[in-house]
Amino acid sequence: MAVYALYGVAALLALAPVAVALSRSSRASNVIYGASLIVTLALGAIGLESLFAPAASIAELPLGVPWLGARFRIDALAAFFIIVVNLGGATASLFALGYGRHEETPERVLPFYPMYLAAMNLVVLADDAFSFLVSWEFMSLTSWALVIAHHRDRENMRAGYVYLLMASFGTLALLLAFGLLAGSNGNYAFDAIRATHPAAALSAMVLVLALVGAGSKAGIVPLHAWLPLAHPAAPSHISALMSGVMTKVAVYGFMRIVFDLLGPPAWWWSMAVLAVGGITAVMGVLYALMQHDLKRLLAYHTVENIGIVYIGLGLALAFKAQGMAVAAALALAAGLFHVFNHSVFKSLLFFGAGSALNATGERDMEHLGGLIHRMPQTAFAFLVGCVAISALPPLNGFVSEWLTFQAILLSPQLPSWGLKLLVPGVGALLALSAALAAACFVKAFGVTFLGRPRTPAAADARETDSNSLAAMFALAALCLVAGILPGIFIDALAPVTHALVGESMPHQSGLDWLTIVPIAESRSSYNGLLVFIFVTLSGSIAAFAIHRLASDKLRRGPVWDCGYPDPSPVTQYTASSFAQPIRRVYGTAVFRAREIGEMPPPGSIAPARLTVELRDPIWDALYAPVAGAIGFATERINILQFLTIRRYLSLVFAALVFLLLVLAIWS
Amino acid sequence: MVLTHDFFFQGGQMLLVLLLSPLLTGFVRKVKARLLRREGPPLLQPYRDLIRLMRKEVVLAQNASWLFRVIPYIVFAGTWVAAALVPTFRSGLLFSWTADLIAIIALLGSARFFLALAGLDVGTSFGGIGASREVMIASLAEPAMLMIMFTLALIAGSTQLSAMAAFMLSSQVGLRVSLGLALLALIMVAIAENARIPVDNPATHLELTMVHEAMVLEYSGRHLALIDLTSELKLLLYVSLIGCLFVPWGIAAPGTDAQAIAMGIATYIAKLAAGGVLLALFETAIAKMRVFRVPEFLGAALMLGLLAALLRFVSGSL
Repeated sequence: MAVYALYGVAALLALAPVAVALSRSSRASNVIYGASLIVTLALGAIGLESLFAPAASIAELPLGVPWLGARFRIDALAAFFIIVVNLGGATASLFALGYGRHEETPERVLPFYPMYLAAMNLVVLADDAFSFLVSWEFMSLTSWALVIAHHRDRENMRAGYVYLLMASFGTLALLLAFGLLAGSNGNYAFDAIRATHPAAALSAMVLVLALVGAGSKAGIVPLHAWLPLAHPAAPSHISALMSGVMTKVAVYGFMRIVFDLLGPPAWWWSMAVLAVGGITAVMGVLYALMQHDLKRLLAYHTVENIGIVYIGLGLALAFKAQGMAVAAALALAAGLFHVFNHSVFKSLLFFGAGSALNATGERDMEHLGGLIHRMPQTAFAFLVGCVAISALPPLNGFVSEWLTFQAILLSPQLPSWGLKLLVPGVGALLALSAALAAACFVKAFGVTFLGRPRTPAAADARETDSNSLAAMFALAALCLVAGILPGIFIDALAPVTHALVGESMPHQSGLDWLTIVPIAESRSSYNGLLVFIFVTLSGSIAAFAIHRLASDKLRRGPVWDCGYPDPSPVTQYTASSFAQPIRRVYGTAVFRAREIGEMPPPGSIAPARLTVELRDPIWDALYAPVAGAIGFATERINILQFLTIRRYLSLVFAALVFLLLVLAIWS
Repeated sequence: MVLTHDFFFQGGQMLLVLLLSPLLTGFVRKVKARLLRREGPPLLQPYRDLIRLMRKEVVLAQNASWLFRVIPYIVFAGTWVAAALVPTFRSGLLFSWTADLIAIIALLGSARFFLALAGLDVGTSFGGIGASREVMIASLAEPAMLMIMFTLALIAGSTQLSAMAAFMLSSQVGLRVSLGLALLALIMVAIAENARIPVDNPATHLELTMVHEAMVLEYSGRHLALIDLTSELKLLLYVSLIGCLFVPWGIAAPGTDAQAIAMGIATYIAKLAAGGVLLALFETAIAKMRVFRVPEFLGAALMLGLLAALLRFVSGSL
């Protein structure tokens, strides 16, 4: 199967020159996105086929390092992520069939798009450190090119710059991690790495490097700074891929190193991962709540979901270290299911945001409003995504969070005291982030799609095209199916959990009424299907009974608003005012939020002003000092640029002596 | 035969909670009025209000969307299903395994999510103020509720309410510090969730002090009736929840005879009455607090819940 997957990747790569050749043609976007759609669907089918294959399939190419070649392999873990990548790729291509027509500079997007898809597939397929890192870098560079597709916007260029820096930093960390894993013999093939287990101190370093390297791409706090800049800057279908899919590829990188290559975990690894996950989840959603740019809000919210995934992974590590394989399988399945779910609803939400952007030319929620009247179908699909991401039953986001809670409830059995104290705290953070996520998406949907239009652009919006709608409705349907029939999806994860922790959750599909029972029925069970049916039935019965027995009369009238309606849409609650109570409760502590009200003196006709000041604590504490130090150092070193040849030669000589000295002392 | 029996009890519970909930609200109002030496509205007034509202025509704001018209039914259905899954007079109901306590909390969360959207739909400032305050309160109340759930689930070894209630009835429980903390936190959350004094005032229409009422200001006729019925159901749900977890005596076990069921219904009504009297006493004794004092109140509930869960993680006997 790996060979066929490579054919698929080759087909995607071959589309890039086609895109360059066609770039002046008006049909270029149809050809490229159509072809990408077909290839990604085929690749997704290959992933599905390999997920249940009894053995991993391997392919080798005579490329790269001479004694190694390039090795590619699909095992259960890779197969799962192949499905996630190509499901996202296929829906993004379908969406772009419509959305891409409005692209102003298609020649800057089309060639990189299939390459980017190919790169993400290659990362997942790679079976040696060399191909992994090359594909990883390829993925970073192609996505960077897409981020700066609209390069005339200074904001986008800045986003691209920060992204490039952080991507190089992350790759450096991964490079060091693989260097340590390969050891002095240079065993870069994953098979060889798997066979040897590094010493405890070394594996600790690898863990930290993997957390930093893969985490910076996934967007864990505090390495998330580039993510909310870069993800929204790209065209919306690329944003969906970056947020929904590329962060998952980063999670894959972390899982591949930590669960597969690094050998048996030590108990404290999980503490690092859990702490990072909990903080990431809450910080991500708090940042998201403070935004009024719709796409940036969604990007920040990706950070939160990555935190939830890491909480699942951390719990799985803790259980695995203690040999509690069944519990580890539950936690891992929760994390993986959330990976899948998030890729589905985050793509859906970015598509919705892209449609709104296309229809109005606005990303700022303060300039939108009332779109539900103008774009009813987009609004419906976006609403489904909002409910799913807020972890509300009966949709899919709830199921993966429910499984994570069930895993947390198993953790008092862990013997270590550190975990006993940490896990309830992480549970509280998870609960807090779930509640804040709901608030965040009430704001996102309510301000963008409900209320009255705040600008003429929003008032004149038009419903988006049928391809875009098809992509959104396909994902919305998937949200519902994964929410009401989660057993099928959990069973599909069994090969992955079996490969990584040696056990899988009990088989779910055969249970009565398609209930899911993670451990035992006396402990916990959930049936999304019945909840859905009950809610639908009782709602319909109520509607039928009231309309039949009481009254079904309806009259349209002016707004009541307690008797003081104001015709100006400015008097509505805006995104900022909606977030004000939450900003006051959480923001004063986290962001040092300050509200400065300026009231003009009596008689003056100047408008009153309210300014809100927010400080980003992580940028202030981490990035600003580093950037300052680098700026300071470069200014000092700058004199080196204007030396005479004599001095350069003496510098070279001094460096040579120094290196020889080091060598002499080292041996 | 057993199945029809089970269906009968499940359906019976759904009807019971629906029929009793306005009565509970009427009872609380009556007791409050009597405490203030007023005559108070008749006990059955909430039923009359509901029927009258349902017969009236709906006056819908000109720019209200389809979502605004659907939301009352969604909110009502979600809350009704949640209420039907909490054991009242008999545990082990037919569908009790459909959703555990986490799912019940999340169902109420869904209802609140949609109600907050309804507040934003017409695009008025009152709707916005209600919705934004509601989500702020929920952002603290929901995690507190989940921490309480953690504590109880770890004590009972299950997140299923029927199993929890059965465990609480057994002799293994005893007095525990964590249970006490959880009870206190649960009462605080219940007060906030039901928009009762001191967090919100269900009787006020003074614009700036209200949260829930501001959110549903634009509703009228049958829609308003459903929203009111939903609030009443929610109050009943929380009283039943506290009842089945902390005062589980009298709940009929599955497979018991008619006498036990009758006993279960009688004790359930007694529990509701006791809960109503306590709520009325509490509300009469305390003043409403400012909106930005609410986070402190609910933060305390969250910390109590966290402390209780932490105690359970650290020691099996606390």
